[in-house]
Amino acid sequence: MSAAETLVATGNRAHSHGPGSPVPLQARSERPTSYDVADFAVPNGREEEWRFTPVKQLKALFDDAAGTETPKIDASGPEGVVFETVAADSVKVGKPQDRSAAIAWTHAGEALAVRIPVEAELTEPVHVNVASLGGRGFSHLIVEAGRHSRAIVIIDHTGAGELGSNVEVVVGDGAELRVVSIQQGDHESIHLAQHDALVGRDAKLHHVVVTLGGKIVRIGTNVRYAGPGGDAELLGVYFAEGGQHHENRLFVDHEAVHCKSNVIYKGALAGDHARSVWIGDVLIRAAAEGTNTFELNRNLVLTDGARADSVPNLEIETGEIEGAGHASATGRFDDEQLFYLQARGIPEDAARRLVVSGFFNDIIGKIGVPEVAEHLHDVIEEKLARAAELSASAKAVVGQ
Amino acid sequence: MATLEIRDLHVSVDTENGPKQILRGVNLTIAAGQTHAIMGPNGSGKSTLAYSIAGHPKYNITSGTVTLDGEDVLDMKVDERARAGLFLAMQYPVEVPGVSVANFLRTAKTAIDGEAPKLRTWVKDVNKALSDLDMDPTFGQRNVNEGFSGGEKKRHEIVQLELLNPKIAILDETDSGLDIDALKIVSEGVNRFASQGDKGVLLITHYTRILRYIKPDFVHVFVDGRVAEEGGPELAEELEANGYERFLKASTKA
Repeated sequence: MSAAETLVATGNRAHSHGPGSPVPLQARSERPTSYDVADFAVPNGREEEWRFTPVKQLKALFDDAAGTETPKIDASGPEGVVFETVAADSVKVGKPQDRSAAIAWTHAGEALAVRIPVEAELTEPVHVNVASLGGRGFSHLIVEAGRHSRAIVIIDHTGAGELGSNVEVVVGDGAELRVVSIQQGDHESIHLAQHDALVGRDAKLHHVVVTLGGKIVRIGTNVRYAGPGGDAELLGVYFAEGGQHHENRLFVDHEAVHCKSNVIYKGALAGDHARSVWIGDVLIRAAAEGTNTFELNRNLVLTDGARADSVPNLEIETGEIEGAGHASATGRFDDEQLFYLQARGIPEDAARRLVVSGFFNDIIGKIGVPEVAEHLHDVIEEKLARAAELSASAKAVVGQ
Repeated sequence: MATLEIRDLHVSVDTENGPKQILRGVNLTIAAGQTHAIMGPNGSGKSTLAYSIAGHPKYNITSGTVTLDGEDVLDMKVDERARAGLFLAMQYPVEVPGVSVANFLRTAKTAIDGEAPKLRTWVKDVNKALSDLDMDPTFGQRNVNEGFSGGEKKRHEIVQLELLNPKIAILDETDSGLDIDALKIVSEGVNRFASQGDKGVLLITHYTRILRYIKPDFVHVFVDGRVAEEGGPELAEELEANGYERFLKASTKA
């Protein structure tokens, strides 16, 4: 464990939040949520939850009006999985925490429910593709894993437009569900999403956010526990290139006893105005004895002109926990690693790829879905090739 | 037969107060079949010489030449120097998180040879190199230098030396921080490499201790950025007895 990591043992010990990361004025649990758009003013960018986001470019998704299109949704899965259209408020595991989520909730109208039957053990993943056709649209998905089921659900977001979406995840008692949400929209696309998960008694949720494309992608992920013994592993991988804004905001609300959460988000940034934001809020309520939680965010800045913000927040209301900690580190590409590899004959490009793939290696291994891992590997290679061209042309300019 | 020639090498580094001259005219010829030891006090520029030959970007070559078999080394990129046959065992090997030793070694070997090693013999070669340096085969699955002890890092450098088998090896204080058992194991590795006959070794060290296990043909005393005195193994014995004092005095007078 590196020196940059802060471990908070039991109790409310004061600790540094690092420069530029003020302690929020308001407890995380007190932030308002509502199904009614009117309860949220149009953000101006000074609000705590919007201060890192380029709100001026989000006007279309703050407008309380019907979409100009319905995103195209294709869903398929192994036998036994049920797909059906249901009312938006049929499970209400999620409750919008900001204006864009409330608008998406209201104007998506109905939701697509994906139901994994009780005790079903799926051998193949369920695939859901949400394609934005270029206009302004909304989607609402509900994933329900029945008691003692095991399943993988891959939600792939593609396309060109402005998309507001809500995803609700219910993990039944004793079930193990892996939800992978991939954001790979076109370069001008915008995607604001809220994911809410309720983890059942002794259930396990693996929630994976992979953001590779899109001009602005902002995903809020909230996890609660319906009973004791729940376990949530929340993973994220992102790679922002020039002009891309990738934002992830997490909130793990520990209220039940003996639950676990483990958050790992890793991102790379390359190019002018490449931007990432990671906010990790964990609340351990007074009742949540025996909680074990850790959250980690790592950012690798590959070129000049990129910026990563990382703010972990831990609120602890009981001392009777197993463990709680957070770690955050943002580093520049290490030239000494490059020198070491090159000194063994490995050309600069290959050495750079090796270091970056090494950076992502552990988290890609944890995703646990080979098709996603392979795809990620390929896209990271493409992005690195573009970053190498960028730095080569930058050197050429300097050299003139 | 390989020859590394260093002629009138001047090297500086950039500091807050402008460039600082570290090497002031180094002349050295290392031919295949020879082992040279460079000894000198701290700050005399020994490591700078090693890193300058390997091409570390921190060091600016202000004048002089370095050639390997007549080819201009200074004109080559870091990786090209390695592929030309130079190897630097580093004093502080770098950790590369997420990259396994096995992957690293195979990638390096492929780069040096220009083709991937044959799988069956390669695995055997790697395991032998590891066990020769008293390292468990499970090191292959560990990340490069991550969580390695100081001694393990140094032994891992010699594993690479043996597997990549360059023409000329430069060992930068490979002996520092090693206990006597590890020192013997590392020395045996260097001797195996040198005993092939057509290899050159440049051994940089602060202490004479390693010279009990690796016998140099030539000893160069490095003071203030240049070679102050040269001789055979007897020069190392004099340093063992009297230390660097005589040379430091001479340099202060100058």
